[in-house]
Amino acid sequence: MIPAEFDYAVAGSLDEAIQMLVDGGEDAKLLAGGHSLIPLMKLRLAAPSLLVDLRKVPGLGGINREDGTWRIGALTPHTVLEHSPDLGLASTVAGTIADPQVRNRGTIGGSLAHGDPASDLPAVLLAAEGSVTVQGPDGQRTIEASDLFQNYMETAIGPTEVLTEVRMPAFDGWGHGYEKFNRRSEDWAMVAVSALVKQTGDVCEDVRVSLTNMGSVPLRAKAVEDALRGQSLTADSIAKAAEQAAEGTDPPADLNASADYKRHLARVLTRRALTQAAGLT
Amino acid sequence: MSATTTGNGTYVGQSLRRKEDPRLITGQGSYVDDVNLPGQLWAAWVRSPEAHAKITSIDTSAAKERPGVVAVYTNADLDMEAGLPMAWVPPGVEVNTPDHWVLAKDAVKHVGDPVALVVGTSRYSVVDAAEDVIVEYDPLPVVTDPEAAIAGGPFVHEQFGTNKVCDWSLGGGDLEKGFAEADVILERRIVNHRMAGAAIEPRGVLAQHRAGKLTVWSSTQVPHFLRLFLTILLGIPEDRVRVIAPEVGGGFGSKLNIYAEEVGCAWASIKLRRPVKWIETRSEGMMVTHHGRDQINYVKIGAKRDGTLTAWHTRILADLGAYQMLLTPLIPPLSAFVMSGVYNTPAVQTDVTGVMTNKFATDAIRGAGRPEATHTIEVMMDQLAQELGMDGLELRRKNFIPPFENGHETAMGIVYDSGNYVAALDKLLEHIDPAEVRQEAEGLREKGVYRGIGFSTYTEICGNAPSRAVGPSAFGLQGGGWESATVRVHASGSVTLYTGTSPHGQGHETGFAQIVADRLGIDPSMVEVIHGDTDTGPWGLDTYGSRSLAVGGEAAARTAKKVADKATQIVAHQLEAAPEDIELRDGKWSVRGSPDRGMTLAEVAGAAYIPENLPEGMEPGLDEQTFYDPENFVFPFGAHACVVDIDAETGKVKVVRWVAVDDCGPAINPLLIDGQVHGGITHGIGQALYERIEYDESGQLVTGTFVDYALPTAAELPSYETDRTETRSPVNTLGVKGVGEAGTIAATPAVLNAVLDALRPLGVTYIDMPLSPMRIWEAIQDAKGKAGAPA
Repeated sequence: MIPAEFDYAVAGSLDEAIQMLVDGGEDAKLLAGGHSLIPLMKLRLAAPSLLVDLRKVPGLGGINREDGTWRIGALTPHTVLEHSPDLGLASTVAGTIADPQVRNRGTIGGSLAHGDPASDLPAVLLAAEGSVTVQGPDGQRTIEASDLFQNYMETAIGPTEVLTEVRMPAFDGWGHGYEKFNRRSEDWAMVAVSALVKQTGDVCEDVRVSLTNMGSVPLRAKAVEDALRGQSLTADSIAKAAEQAAEGTDPPADLNASADYKRHLARVLTRRALTQAAGLT
Repeated sequence: MSATTTGNGTYVGQSLRRKEDPRLITGQGSYVDDVNLPGQLWAAWVRSPEAHAKITSIDTSAAKERPGVVAVYTNADLDMEAGLPMAWVPPGVEVNTPDHWVLAKDAVKHVGDPVALVVGTSRYSVVDAAEDVIVEYDPLPVVTDPEAAIAGGPFVHEQFGTNKVCDWSLGGGDLEKGFAEADVILERRIVNHRMAGAAIEPRGVLAQHRAGKLTVWSSTQVPHFLRLFLTILLGIPEDRVRVIAPEVGGGFGSKLNIYAEEVGCAWASIKLRRPVKWIETRSEGMMVTHHGRDQINYVKIGAKRDGTLTAWHTRILADLGAYQMLLTPLIPPLSAFVMSGVYNTPAVQTDVTGVMTNKFATDAIRGAGRPEATHTIEVMMDQLAQELGMDGLELRRKNFIPPFENGHETAMGIVYDSGNYVAALDKLLEHIDPAEVRQEAEGLREKGVYRGIGFSTYTEICGNAPSRAVGPSAFGLQGGGWESATVRVHASGSVTLYTGTSPHGQGHETGFAQIVADRLGIDPSMVEVIHGDTDTGPWGLDTYGSRSLAVGGEAAARTAKKVADKATQIVAHQLEAAPEDIELRDGKWSVRGSPDRGMTLAEVAGAAYIPENLPEGMEPGLDEQTFYDPENFVFPFGAHACVVDIDAETGKVKVVRWVAVDDCGPAINPLLIDGQVHGGITHGIGQALYERIEYDESGQLVTGTFVDYALPTAAELPSYETDRTETRSPVNTLGVKGVGEAGTIAATPAVLNAVLDALRPLGVTYIDMPLSPMRIWEAIQDAKGKAGAPA
């Protein structure tokens, strides 16, 4: 790869990383697994002046459970999520990301901070109503998933802030389903749907549905959720609710998928993901 | 004299593992990018972002001031009298061929057209400096649709007053009579979209001019062609030019060319008196390494009610792009040569029109014209079967050319060498039962899965080429089709074979060694195959068009036989026997019936190089050469079956089974054949389902990375089931035919036929490739709409 010239610095601590970002100015970028940023640099679509490598910063790894919440270190690679089945939806989803090499390098923090609506994990965080912890020169703060993704590849994380941790409720007793549609297994999702369902008997106590690549940010399919909450979960009720999956979406068209086709996929995949989550397959 | 001879004369036919692999898979191969020279400079190209524009100014001053930049060249600096070559001059046919300069002159004609060449001390510095070359463009109207381009449209090259490159036809039989006799006439417009070669190793060049000699390392399929054209374009005699194709990581036709980057780097290395290197990035490769296919076939066929074909007419509109590379306009005519397919059609006519557009050039990509023809033929056979209410395989059997061993002349006068199409199909059906697949399909449908089966029975033309058929006064190629080989037995009895072919992944070092080893009574490990270096061995004509084995392998076999004949003479002399009583057995030449007294190749070599006791008048040494020009092409054939499952809700196709029976004559190495067939099928599935070079209306390439240009991976593909029939070719002594392109040629129609078979219950009768999920979903929606059912 022949990127534009850049400086490279390895941060030894979180404070040092933040200071490097402050000193580096607006073109300084953090480097975690590099699997979002480096391809852009290769194509010269991104030309950061400074890369601050986070990989030597202690304390950014690990998966721990605390009071019913998973605390996942930002540098946790996808492959570790994939092999942590207790995480439920996040683990299932991580196992579908690209290919094993990418999963070995790419990190949950990097993927969320990149904010690509076609990536798998942002919609998971949204469905889970999770949050991220960020730390900057002014201290630490928490950003809720619903506030994190602001626009296409644009998040609420400040230019001198570092995403340190991801928090997601444990969803004990919930079922989950993930349906990802792509042409090749290694591709980004053309559309994907995450579903979480809590049911007593066949009654849906609560439900979350989120959509990947159906807009400039990951989206919740609230109409679907509202249609199912409190209802009995059957093939019919799910199919009927899923018809509303694309409501209010304005998906970007590309060579392989028109907006109409994406809306159609969202409906089909929502039905399938919910069917899976409800254990009806 | 440590060499041992263990050969027992039966290596041909064995699945020996590739001699090439240990070095390649342990990283010991040396590709162009691995070669570095003292004082080496790097090149980068400033490329047009416009598809069609006048160049109003080029400002190189900022780039020249950058640290590390040694020179920035534009067209004004070039002192070459000619541009890049195009080698087809068909007698009596007018071909509009624009000049194609190494750097664009006055105007750019496609995205990626090189405008300036930056040379400097590091790869990074030249890429950065290229961004500082300021080019002002005055955009001109763009045409990317071949039908619009031929209808008029803006002209790609104003001076011709047309976008037409040429009209060219091949036919035979009475077409009018054929259509008059037909009970059914069927017409279709079949699109065969543009694709890339996408070799895993991008192109690369390193050129050095030192002590009056130009040496060029290039990731090319055609080092000998490249030397010739460097001689012509740069005015250096051939003995002062050496081209080396080191390890080459695949070509698929895309490295069968003379590229601007090769000529430009060689030229700059002479100007600057320093080595100049360029390694293509994938993004450049997708733009400016030639594409393939991009044909529209308007086909009209006639048949009797019982299925007998009576006439076949195809009009081919071929989008050749903005410039013509080495073979660009002659690729679509190659479709015409096999437009009879495996059928006894009494009248066949193909009319080819080449057209210019503001895209990069097309040229040979794996199959080169024959995949397009075979796709049209085999898709039409299924369309006709539907029209007649016949089984597709019955229709094929009805029209098969009956088995023949030594020549069958098709309606248009092409003489196929040998064929047994019914045997290949019968063998295929030993492996797969269509009735069973259809039964499975019934069971799957309620789950929303539509299973379909598709077939393709094909033949193709390869083994390029009999010189008198392809040469200047016949087809019009400005060259011959022969191949050379030198077999050099060393004093210790080991052997070097120099072949004029230039392999880039096929396995010649193994297969050719097997051929030579058998003829000399040694183990193939003792035969080193040297290729891809114009300073070793005789002139050759390189590797493309599935020619290497049938032409180069035959040259090697004939040369080895010359050596064996001389060895026989020597042994007969030394053993005081008649030459006709000498036989080669278990690695020894001995008198028939007295195997104890005999000589190994090492002993014969010893006698040849220490010539104390040679037959009267015999020259010393054991070193022979052959130039072999084939009498005819060879025509491999076979039958493929593809089973697909389609998710009717999403339109996604999954290939769940593939059975292939290919006949390329007696196998030299079945493992190598399987490798070629596997790769070939994958290439075809890739085109049918995934791969697509697509330009938008403004001429921007929208599938310019491997994210958008979707090569299939192992995860998308089934395990292939392969088998063979073996029908000897009468053309060469090995009886062999080529197999490098056969899988690709067979594959796309099998996929499309399977998809259409699956979708038939939904009312879909025809769609074009690429069979993307959205296209299939849309076709299902359209069919539902037409049937009046709720969408």
